[in-house]
Amino acid sequence: MSALLEVEELDISFGALSAVRGASLEVRRGETHCLVGESGCGKSVTALAVMGLLPRNSVRQARRLAFDGKDILSLDEKGLSRLRGDRMAMIFQEPMTSLNPAYTVGSQMAEVLVRHRGASKRAALDRAAELLARVRITSPGMRLGQYPHQLSGGLRQRVMIAMALMCDPELLIADEPTTALDVTVQAQILRLLADLQKDLGLAILLITHDLGVVARTAHRVSVMYAGEVVESSPVDRLFNRPMHPYTRGLLSCVPVPGKVRRDQPLGSIPGMVPHVTQGFEGCAFRQRCALARPDCSGPIGRRRPEADRVYLCQIAPEEMTVS
Amino acid sequence: MKGWRAWGLWLGAFIVGFTLFIAIFAPMVATQDPFAQDLSKRLVPPSWMEGGRSEHFLGTDGLGRDYFARLVYGARISMLIGIATVVTSGIIGVAFGVVGGFFGGRIDDIVLFTITARLSIPLILVALAVVSLVGSSLTVVVATLGLLLWDRFAVVARVATMQVRTLDYVAAAWSAGCSQPYIVMREILPNILSPLAVVATLEMALAILLEAALSFLGLGVPPPLPSWGLMIAEAKDYMFFNPWVIMVPGMSLFVLVFGINLLGDGLRDLLRTGRVA
Amino acid sequence: MLQFLARRLLVALLVCLTVLTFAFALTRLAGDLAISIAGPNSTAADIEVVRKAYGLDRPLVEQFFDWVSRAMVGDFGRSYFFREKVSTLIFSRLPITLTLGLVGLGIALSVALPLGVISALREGRPIDRIISLVALLGQAMPSFWLGLVLMITFGLHLGWLPISGTGTWQHFVMPGVVLAFSAIPALMRLTRSGMIDAMSADYIRTARAKGLSRTSIVLKHAARNAAMPVVSIAAVQLGFMLGGSIVIETVFALHGVGFLAWESISKNDFPTVQAVVLLLAIIYTLLTLGADLLNAVLDPRLRAA
Repeated sequence: MSALLEVEELDISFGALSAVRGASLEVRRGETHCLVGESGCGKSVTALAVMGLLPRNSVRQARRLAFDGKDILSLDEKGLSRLRGDRMAMIFQEPMTSLNPAYTVGSQMAEVLVRHRGASKRAALDRAAELLARVRITSPGMRLGQYPHQLSGGLRQRVMIAMALMCDPELLIADEPTTALDVTVQAQILRLLADLQKDLGLAILLITHDLGVVARTAHRVSVMYAGEVVESSPVDRLFNRPMHPYTRGLLSCVPVPGKVRRDQPLGSIPGMVPHVTQGFEGCAFRQRCALARPDCSGPIGRRRPEADRVYLCQIAPEEMTVS
Repeated sequence: MKGWRAWGLWLGAFIVGFTLFIAIFAPMVATQDPFAQDLSKRLVPPSWMEGGRSEHFLGTDGLGRDYFARLVYGARISMLIGIATVVTSGIIGVAFGVVGGFFGGRIDDIVLFTITARLSIPLILVALAVVSLVGSSLTVVVATLGLLLWDRFAVVARVATMQVRTLDYVAAAWSAGCSQPYIVMREILPNILSPLAVVATLEMALAILLEAALSFLGLGVPPPLPSWGLMIAEAKDYMFFNPWVIMVPGMSLFVLVFGINLLGDGLRDLLRTGRVA
Repeated sequence: MLQFLARRLLVALLVCLTVLTFAFALTRLAGDLAISIAGPNSTAADIEVVRKAYGLDRPLVEQFFDWVSRAMVGDFGRSYFFREKVSTLIFSRLPITLTLGLVGLGIALSVALPLGVISALREGRPIDRIISLVALLGQAMPSFWLGLVLMITFGLHLGWLPISGTGTWQHFVMPGVVLAFSAIPALMRLTRSGMIDAMSADYIRTARAKGLSRTSIVLKHAARNAAMPVVSIAAVQLGFMLGGSIVIETVFALHGVGFLAWESISKNDFPTVQAVVLLLAIIYTLLTLGADLLNAVLDPRLRAA
């Protein structure tokens, strides 16, 4: 069976600036795929490109962009909007501003079902109440009549999640859904997403910069750096044996209980993320990479060291062990 | 976008500069006397129209006065009114706004209330009444408009001051022990000038239009002064048969005000490179 | 909400009192009113008679409190010129001015709102620039001159519309258009900037992510949030239009309150002038108050405050 979402060789540029370069990833049915990277590495833009929500001043190209085996690259705005909110839904980083301040929670939730299923307002509100309960919001009937400003950030994100589930989508894209929330609330939201994923067989593309979130929720991970997906792997193997030097650097920055000793300093990656403009050649990480070689400034090959794993580097797995 | 905006700014600057030039050098631009009546040559059409005469480029008015000379001297009145009113109302409005924005609290409440009260007063009606009661003259018109048109200066100065007041360099001046007047004059005023410049152009355009309206209603600049509004009022009786008599001063007024607004818009876009909305 | 309402009402009341004082002071500006009323050819004895008859011989403070206490109950005295009660005079003229103002606002809104929305949705494109330029041109148009030009064109040459008077609805078309002209640029710019702000908001991205139709996104989600500043400015503009009607009514010989004001100013009929100033100020204050209330209805956040 093919993957639910297939992205191959996606390019996104804003004028001369290349935000995403040749990014490929697959989200399979019923699994949580984490897209990790520093801010500005192109992970949010990738998600927006899948949804067809890129700003007007951007250019999107791809070899293949398919949802459920069907090409969505050639779909126009109208065709895409039929898919959005129905079979694929998205929640965002800023729950405080993502809901319309002028309408009640209920009305904003109901309109999704009315739009895609032609449901009556009454039926849509019933469904909304049911989903609010499902995302563990107490007294859902009352919440339906409330306005966004009457809810806390955590509650609003739950409302966003419930709203995304109105039409039983197959894919949920969550763009840093917990970044703007308190730590305790973050954990609750993540657990909720994991539970929903299990219960509903939902595929989730979770965008985050937090490796802790990845470790707790992901089945598969794609690591992005400067617009490229530099490594893709099942989560346990990535944490056990990272391949790309950037992934290794990233992992060494995170304290893992039992693995880090008190007298040993945490790792860090020297240097800064380069600004990548059109015509850029070679590996974008080479200036910061301890293993960089002269051929890193040429075209970079894809390596598949084992089944289900890909990384983008000149250096073969057996040479990596040097560091 | 950029090129287009710059084009507007330059066109506006040209129109305003050109009018200012004409206003200053009026006696050299217009060779004829704008007040000299010649009843034998009434309502001569502009020189390019049928019946026009070469010595009266834009023709003559109902009293046989040279229309071109009156138009040129009229530019003087418009520019004078515009600039003098902006200076008067600018001083009043900025003083109000800065005081309210700087001190806040009760003082700001009073300033806000004054602005609200001023806005509720019908502008043209009160200006007409004042001019009618005090007697019409250029000074009275400037004083009246100056005392009425300060509201937008006050609103903008108040908000800008509130923003600047909280910035670090003002805090630095406080902690360095600078006096309040020093901080207002040296730290606040220079930094709120750019939005005020935009307001100044808008108010200048408004003042010119209002003066023309007052003069048109017979309660602005007194005759025989060649105010463009007054010229339109005097031409009104002949306009159905000689439409050019209202087109000449009307178009001049329109182009000048358009130029000032273009200039203001251009300035606003130029200044938006900063943070001013 | 109640506190907000109470505060707004108090301010409105204070504004009216201030204008009351202002209107009184205004007419005493010129010095001796009796001389103005009696006319230029009157003798000292005539002036004395006038002074007695109008109570102008009393102390200023007494005159002021007399005027205030009467004005509170809607008694503005008798017009010197029209020999009628000022309140009767004004209320007989008010319908014309209100009609004119509402026609003007209607035209202004029906032009400014669509243009502003189109401009915002096509931000930076040629159509946006053209609309901005047209707004700028409209802003520069002297209203009385535009009135005359329209009269010559549509009244005289084309003969489509009556030149002056108030007989039929057609009489209100040209004055309404002229009045609307002055309000369109401000309304349009605010609609445009409000829509641009709204369309770039996060909740619009959410609405698109929900797969809503373009119509629903623009008209339901964006417009509702862009409407609030537009409502406020529309109220202010209607107030200005009623104030500006003095020019338009004079040009088109519409016998409304504006025309009355102009007549009474030129006839030194100060009780009428005072009353009209006060009336227009009260209408303006009520309009802004109404706009605040409407905004409270539109914005749930204000309602809760």
